[in-house]
Amino acid sequence: MADKQLACMTCEPKGLCRGRGLLTLKDGAWANNPLAIQILGICSALAVTNRLENSLVMGAALIFVCVGSNLLVSLLRKRTPHRIRMIAEVAIIATFVIVFDQFLKAFYWDMSKQLGPYVGLIITNCIVMGRAEAFALQNPPVLSIVDGVANGLGYAVVLAIIGFFRELLGTGEIFGYEVLSGQWYTPNQLMILAPGAFFALGIVIAVFNAIKGPEPQENK
Amino acid sequence: MSETSAWVIFIAAIFTNNILLTNFLGMCSFIACSGQIRTSIGLGTAVTFVMIMTTILNYVIYHFILVRFGLVHLQFIVFIAVIAAFVQLVEMFVERFSPRLYFALGIFLPLITVNCAILGASLFMIIRKYSFVQSVGFGLGAGIGWAVAIVMLAGLRQKMRYSNIPEPFQGVPIAMVVTGVLAMAFMGFAGMVSIQ
Repeated sequence: MADKQLACMTCEPKGLCRGRGLLTLKDGAWANNPLAIQILGICSALAVTNRLENSLVMGAALIFVCVGSNLLVSLLRKRTPHRIRMIAEVAIIATFVIVFDQFLKAFYWDMSKQLGPYVGLIITNCIVMGRAEAFALQNPPVLSIVDGVANGLGYAVVLAIIGFFRELLGTGEIFGYEVLSGQWYTPNQLMILAPGAFFALGIVIAVFNAIKGPEPQENK
Repeated sequence: MSETSAWVIFIAAIFTNNILLTNFLGMCSFIACSGQIRTSIGLGTAVTFVMIMTTILNYVIYHFILVRFGLVHLQFIVFIAVIAAFVQLVEMFVERFSPRLYFALGIFLPLITVNCAILGASLFMIIRKYSFVQSVGFGLGAGIGWAVAIVMLAGLRQKMRYSNIPEPFQGVPIAMVVTGVLAMAFMGFAGMVSIQ
């Protein structure tokens, strides 16, 4: 509770982070969506989206790790010497990833098998590290949690969209239930294989670009 | 699994199970640094070298320390620490003994620490229960496979600069779609050899 009050006093006068909190939430989940706008953390976005279920679990994992590491980094931000902050961040992130991995192994063994190394690879997911470095190091704990939720959510939603279309088009099923009847729809196997992932993500990013308007993208 | 020869694993890691085109690892630097062929060759070489060395180191540490003392659940944190330390070491070494190479590689060396292909190769090695020789073959093959993919995309992107791409697709999205086509081409190798 003390933390909450402290955070709110440092926030804008509008009360419980209403001012910056909402802005942070919007920014992370939509305007600066880590996946579709900033193109961070795409490895796992491609790898686990062959089924909607996998995408949702992976989204949940990222929200958990992002919130946890943001909170801890933010709490320790005044104690962490500047020069070793990277190592400290990596250690914190790895801790949360290990917790989630052990949780999956204990309760959802099949899911853990399916996700394979990609849970461990959250450590090198640029989103988590980026938020810890860019946001949690400068902001109070509560706001950092909001930011973690927002970015995790932004990632999870895009993942769910890709997972939905890939499973629907690739197998004609959603969550293993047949949606597109096999009588008139021939499942397009390509969508659940590797190339389908690249096409799907490319199209999703293009749609985000189109909605956001003709703001000049970086031209490399 | 355990009787597949290291040579087969090496070939498979380059073609049929390309770490980038079928396992999607190392995408961040793949998209960010594939603007020019020269830089992508530099990065590809550095990744190959670091990958083979870290798979060897991680293999030894995993089997002789983590397994022996029952610390397997700490593998993530140990692996990432080994990779970070190794990259730092290589950087100092190269800076001291070959300044020219150091400048050529530039910022790519430190970037490799956060390249998920490196960590991914170590994790695959554990999950697929490779022996030591197989791990060496896999690490080398995965690194070369990654380098081949990034150099190819860099070549394609250089050509694409002159083509007329619909506005929302410019930049990253078209790179993704082209990578998809590349992945499709690599699917043609499927069935040649297979691991997993």
